[in-house]
Amino acid sequence: MSRLARTRLVAVTVLLAGLGGLLVAALAEQPAPDAPPPPSAKLSTSVVVHERHATNVVAGVTFDLRSLDTLGEELILFAAAGGVSLLLRGQRKEQEAAQARERADARRQELPAAVRATAAILVGPLLVFGAYIVSHGQLTPGGGFQGGVIIAAVLLLAYAGGQMLAAGGLDPTKLLEALHALGAAAFALVGLAGLIFGGVALVNVVALGVSGQLLSTGTILILEVVVGIEVAAAIALIFSELLDQALLRGS
Amino acid sequence: MTVLQVVALLVVAIAGTATVAVRNPARQVIVASFHGLALTIMFFVYAAPDVALSQLTVSTIAVPIMALLALAKLRRQGEDE
Repeated sequence: MSRLARTRLVAVTVLLAGLGGLLVAALAEQPAPDAPPPPSAKLSTSVVVHERHATNVVAGVTFDLRSLDTLGEELILFAAAGGVSLLLRGQRKEQEAAQARERADARRQELPAAVRATAAILVGPLLVFGAYIVSHGQLTPGGGFQGGVIIAAVLLLAYAGGQMLAAGGLDPTKLLEALHALGAAAFALVGLAGLIFGGVALVNVVALGVSGQLLSTGTILILEVVVGIEVAAAIALIFSELLDQALLRGS
Repeated sequence: MTVLQVVALLVVAIAGTATVAVRNPARQVIVASFHGLALTIMFFVYAAPDVALSQLTVSTIAVPIMALLALAKLRRQGEDE
């Protein structure tokens, strides 16, 4: 073993041992899973369940008590998808015709029939499941982000199954971009509605309904759906831009 | 800690080590998404189903697809040269 390799081995061993020690120390400091919850947990649970009529406390916190945080997170994804689309656009326009032909060819030749059939069969059930996750976020675990990613996966499955209207009249990228912008704008508009009708930005101004019913919790449900649209469009936009890049030869 | 929690943590540790040990990037993506699945089960066992669902969608849908598309692009570039 050369001297360099030995030095490296020693350095790595020392660093990994240090990291492991820190992790174990951090884990030992954690409160036990059955320890009594801190006051903030009790208070937020009580507010979300009794004053906002949401049975999923996590959704109540992220889409009501701390919805400004969620707006920021949504705008991060908005900016990321917009950036990817902007950066890859130049190459896409130059080779649009070749790319469209190639995309169609690749779709027909590279995918076995069994894969395409499985993708086509999964599209319907998964779309329903994604919509269920988005629309029941205020009642059970789930919500806009998780459901949105599932819906984006459905769009990719539809493409893999060969059902996407890519070469025809409808260009999915245009539609995705519109939904992408709509999702981000709608969140800001809900915040503005709170400012106008409730005096505070993002305050819950819509009728709360009955706990446990689908149409309840006011703006929590609206924001879940809005975020679902935004996330589905943003992730699908990133997928489609990267897919175009992967199918383009050279460049 | 319950037995289930210990098992979940061990599976996470094994899957994480396996992800590092695999050298082929395309296979690594698949092993990494199994690691994500192990993390999902761990979050679920620790009573955080919302986090588990987020982890599941990110590590088994978003990240593997983006990584595989990037690898496909690189492979095509390599073929042309």
